[in-house]
Amino acid sequence: MKILVCITHVPDTTSKIQFTANNTKFDTTGVQFIIGPYDDYALARAVELRDQTGGTLTALNVGEAETEPTLRKSLAIGADDAIRVNSFPKDSFFVAKQIAHYAKEGGYDLILMGRESIDFNGGMVHGMVGELLGMPSFSPVMKLEVDGTTVKMAREIEGGKEQLEAQLPLIAGCQEPIAEWKIPNMRGIMSARTKPLKVVEPVSQETQAEATSFQLPPAKGSVKLIDKDNVAELVKLLKNEAKVL
Amino acid sequence: MSILVYIEQAEGKVKKTSLEAVSFAAALSAQTGEGEVIAVALGTVDSSELTAVGKAGAAKVLHADDARLTAGVIQAHAAAVAQAFASVGAKTLVLAKSSLGDAVAARLAIKLNAGLVSNVVELPNTSGGYLVKRSIYTGKAFAESSITTENKILAVKKNAVDLKTDGADAAVEKISVNLSDSDFASKITSTDRATGEILLPEADIVVSGGRGLKGPENWGMLEDLAKVLGAATGCSKPVSDIGWRPHHEHVGQTGVKVAPSLYIAIGISGAIQHLAGVNSSKCIVVINKDPEAPFFKAADYGIVGDAFEVVPKLTEALKAEL
Repeated sequence: MKILVCITHVPDTTSKIQFTANNTKFDTTGVQFIIGPYDDYALARAVELRDQTGGTLTALNVGEAETEPTLRKSLAIGADDAIRVNSFPKDSFFVAKQIAHYAKEGGYDLILMGRESIDFNGGMVHGMVGELLGMPSFSPVMKLEVDGTTVKMAREIEGGKEQLEAQLPLIAGCQEPIAEWKIPNMRGIMSARTKPLKVVEPVSQETQAEATSFQLPPAKGSVKLIDKDNVAELVKLLKNEAKVL
Repeated sequence: MSILVYIEQAEGKVKKTSLEAVSFAAALSAQTGEGEVIAVALGTVDSSELTAVGKAGAAKVLHADDARLTAGVIQAHAAAVAQAFASVGAKTLVLAKSSLGDAVAARLAIKLNAGLVSNVVELPNTSGGYLVKRSIYTGKAFAESSITTENKILAVKKNAVDLKTDGADAAVEKISVNLSDSDFASKITSTDRATGEILLPEADIVVSGGRGLKGPENWGMLEDLAKVLGAATGCSKPVSDIGWRPHHEHVGQTGVKVAPSLYIAIGISGAIQHLAGVNSSKCIVVINKDPEAPFFKAADYGIVGDAFEVVPKLTEALKAEL
């Protein structure tokens, strides 16, 4: 089985979010970049499936040169080779077009990625790639088992989950608890240095909904503390001041 | 011209988040002059529920009463909505952000060659271009995205607009959609959904518990509080990781992101990953015995005290008041 896993290069979940250039660019000063946490689940499951069924696992990222350490980390975790589409990921549509093109070229049976990137949170790329390739797409997938060409999945829905059955090839946007995150070991880190990482150019420049400016939410006022023996006061405040009851 | 709204149902009832999407579309149409709001409902839905969609602002509801569509088969729903979109000559599709809505919207973006923006938090700015404000970085910031295509899709976040309830009944029109077996090639074999409960992602009030509650056997008092408030219950990541509560109750960066009017956090310290899931809440109340808990910095109201003492008192005080 040929597996493709798509990786985002995103700020660590504890990063302070700030913008520069008159609020048109994300400020990367002091920010640590990581494999998107949801992509990390997808990657971990992909490594397990590759080991279980044989075959190959390719990691792909749409990003400029600075994303290579993130892509190398996915090689250290267990991908066999990597593709970097050399461009800033302008919007979901732009990214989906690149993935669809290189996924078609590679003829993958299973394409996994996170349910959403944790920077833009759109959660749209898997569905777009699915439609572009004429493959079924599922998200958010919390369990995925492959048996021959049949794939059994659990997809999270509001207040529960549904069990699904579909045929390869397909695309899934993943989330916990599909697999446990894998931490690269020393052997993985060493071998990642020499695993192939191919840089390719974007196949289209077309976008549909690019972000043009950013803003931070208004600062939160300080907390109003209420004495623990006077909870009735809290009820009053929620009713009359916050007006949420 | 018209704006199409894809409405979702669960057990025959139209979801409240979908009604909010209808109200969003009505406000959008008033702004852009795109004509009437038409909703499309798929599968078996109570007919009284469909006429009531009018109260939220729809003039008409198209109903594809095909039992195969009652379950949310993603490919089939995308195909059906695309047909409805073409048949009414809409340029804009509005839907509520949800597990199924997201999956369907992404496929529709390609089918309809439509610029798609998700997590929309307010009406777009249409003076000149088409700028849509969306929540990003898991609620820690906003972006303005510029849609450049003629067709547009907006996946709307909860509480983006106030729900309208004063509209007239909607006219319901049965439609048939042309679906092939391949649209149903993937099968939903079973659905396991908490029934009769208020669902966390859609709840207007959420009561969440953390490790401070010491064990799953102590959730009773939290549930009592939730019941009085008509709230859904949630939990922190450690709590779902150790199995005290099911995963679908996990609120946070990698769990459910909630946007209720009121969020009450009990015995949760307020790690940044948890805050990411709640920062769109209108009002946050924190109950924690540690005055240094970081959650107090993100709260509107706080009580420093033992949850086992404070929560039952709060429940009683609310009972007296509500």
